[in-house]
Amino acid sequence: MHPLLTPINRYGIYLLAWTPLAGILIYLMAVPGKLGWLDATVLVVPLCLIYQFVCLSAWYTCRATPLRGSSFLRLRFTHLAAAVIISFLWIQVARLLAYAFSEFHSFRGLNERFAPQIPVLFGVGFLLYLLSVASHYVILAIEDSRLAEARTMETSILARDAELKALKAQVNPHFLFNSLNSISALTSLDPAKAREMCILLAEFLRMTLGLGEKTSVPLSEELSLLHRYLAIEKVRFGARLRMEEDLQELSSSIDLPPLLLQPLVENAITHGIANLPDGGTVRLSGHSHNGRVLLAIENTFDPDSSSMRKSGLGLKNVRNRLEARYGKDASIRVSSENGNFRVELSFPADAAEVQN
Amino acid sequence: MSKHDEKKITTLIVDDEDLARLVLRELIQTHPELVVVAECANGFEAVKAVAEHKPDLIYLDVQMPKLSGFDVLELIGTETAVIFVTAYDQYAMRAFEVHAVDYLLKPIGRERFEAALERAKSRLGEKIPLPPELAAAARPPKQFLERIVVRDGTRVTLIPVGKLDYVEAQDDYVALASEGKKHLKQQTIASLEACLDPDRFVRVHRSYVVNFERVARIEPYGKDSRLAILADGTRLPVSKTGYARLKTLLDQRT
Repeated sequence: MHPLLTPINRYGIYLLAWTPLAGILIYLMAVPGKLGWLDATVLVVPLCLIYQFVCLSAWYTCRATPLRGSSFLRLRFTHLAAAVIISFLWIQVARLLAYAFSEFHSFRGLNERFAPQIPVLFGVGFLLYLLSVASHYVILAIEDSRLAEARTMETSILARDAELKALKAQVNPHFLFNSLNSISALTSLDPAKAREMCILLAEFLRMTLGLGEKTSVPLSEELSLLHRYLAIEKVRFGARLRMEEDLQELSSSIDLPPLLLQPLVENAITHGIANLPDGGTVRLSGHSHNGRVLLAIENTFDPDSSSMRKSGLGLKNVRNRLEARYGKDASIRVSSENGNFRVELSFPADAAEVQN
Repeated sequence: MSKHDEKKITTLIVDDEDLARLVLRELIQTHPELVVVAECANGFEAVKAVAEHKPDLIYLDVQMPKLSGFDVLELIGTETAVIFVTAYDQYAMRAFEVHAVDYLLKPIGRERFEAALERAKSRLGEKIPLPPELAAAARPPKQFLERIVVRDGTRVTLIPVGKLDYVEAQDDYVALASEGKKHLKQQTIASLEACLDPDRFVRVHRSYVVNFERVARIEPYGKDSRLAILADGTRLPVSKTGYARLKTLLDQRT
């Protein structure tokens, strides 16, 4: 559909733009053309009404010969030929009209008085049509850029969705292979423990797989996943990994995005505890206050090692996901001092406050 | 076990995880010719144990706290046969493949263990040195050295590159100047330079690499050369090309 015809108020603006053009044409016919104001007006008004509609047809020729991709020669030929043909047809209509008017008593002889003005009208029609072509190209360019913008927006949203999905389903291969190695060691040392570890690992994997679809989970569910993860790592690191948890003040019915805490705890272990020959402590604490949830994950780390700084990627993911879920209502704060690394999350407790 | 039998192969196990060492010990025990002389839970212990026991063969974990398997390799020299062990490290695995270094993947399967051991045994007498560029090849692309490991006897020092003032070439060694002390390390200045971030360290002279942040000013000296005066007053010669490199870096930063 022609962009100037829908919506209807856009067509109104188009007609309004024609008013001064019609005025100029009336002046040209009346004063230099010596037709007189009345003669000029009755002739020009219906002519312009017809021509404004005819000029809309430029849309189709413009679309058929896009500026980019058509040769300059072809562009010129198409539009000049169209302009000549259309203004020629237009002056034929004008002659008919003048002839018809001259039948009336008050306009007698109009066709003879109008005849010398025909070349002027042809020239005006020619220029008006080219003006219309130019305007249509501008409209086409605007539409194109708007379309391109919409498309980039769409792809960026799709990319973000894909990223979130990938994040949720991510299991660190290093973790997986090390766990399997622990199981392999336990099979001869402590078969019962090996079986227990197999089950822990299976449960952990199953839980992470199921989470890909969900946008939020109860805290209790995230914690049970976390406990399995920690139990597996505890087998691997033994006495080097110490854990503390202080979440009594937090209602377990609180909702949060899935796998929000797990990557942070994984960071704490792989970039913190794993770099300490004598190990360290991972501490998880939280409370709610004024309708907000505050969660903190702390771990000891080796200040001489650059590893904790490399945890930036995991942190960035958590930050992105908090933002996607709560908008500006959530915050994340990272601090490190005296070999203690601390990440604090704060977000609304009420699950209904989903922004987007 | 301490008694050294000529046909026995003395072996060292290095891994920070108890269970991982256990798996290796079990696999090794099926071979009576292998004698485990020590088990180490970190790189420092490993360096000490190598000096003490001079083992024929080392099972060396790549990911360990403080000192990685590559750091240990750098410190113990290349006299010993090494079989690396890793769970998952794509860059290390590629480096091992490229340089035909024996390695095992966790969980360790028996077949793979036997094959690696056979290969290691066949190389025991040859003392084929491990390529010095192995550690660099195992680093993820565009990642530079963050600290340098140096050994003095059995004492291991870690020098963060931020605390490194300059490096001076001395025959087969490099002298690393840091916090007023000089540490010697067996390495060529070119191979060390290749591991350092070129935006922070500049080769100002055939024999000198300097930490750009330490340079206080440059003074003309002789016809074609100049002197770099460091913040602590140290004067280092700057060659013509070295001066050009310094200028390029300065232009980049401003």
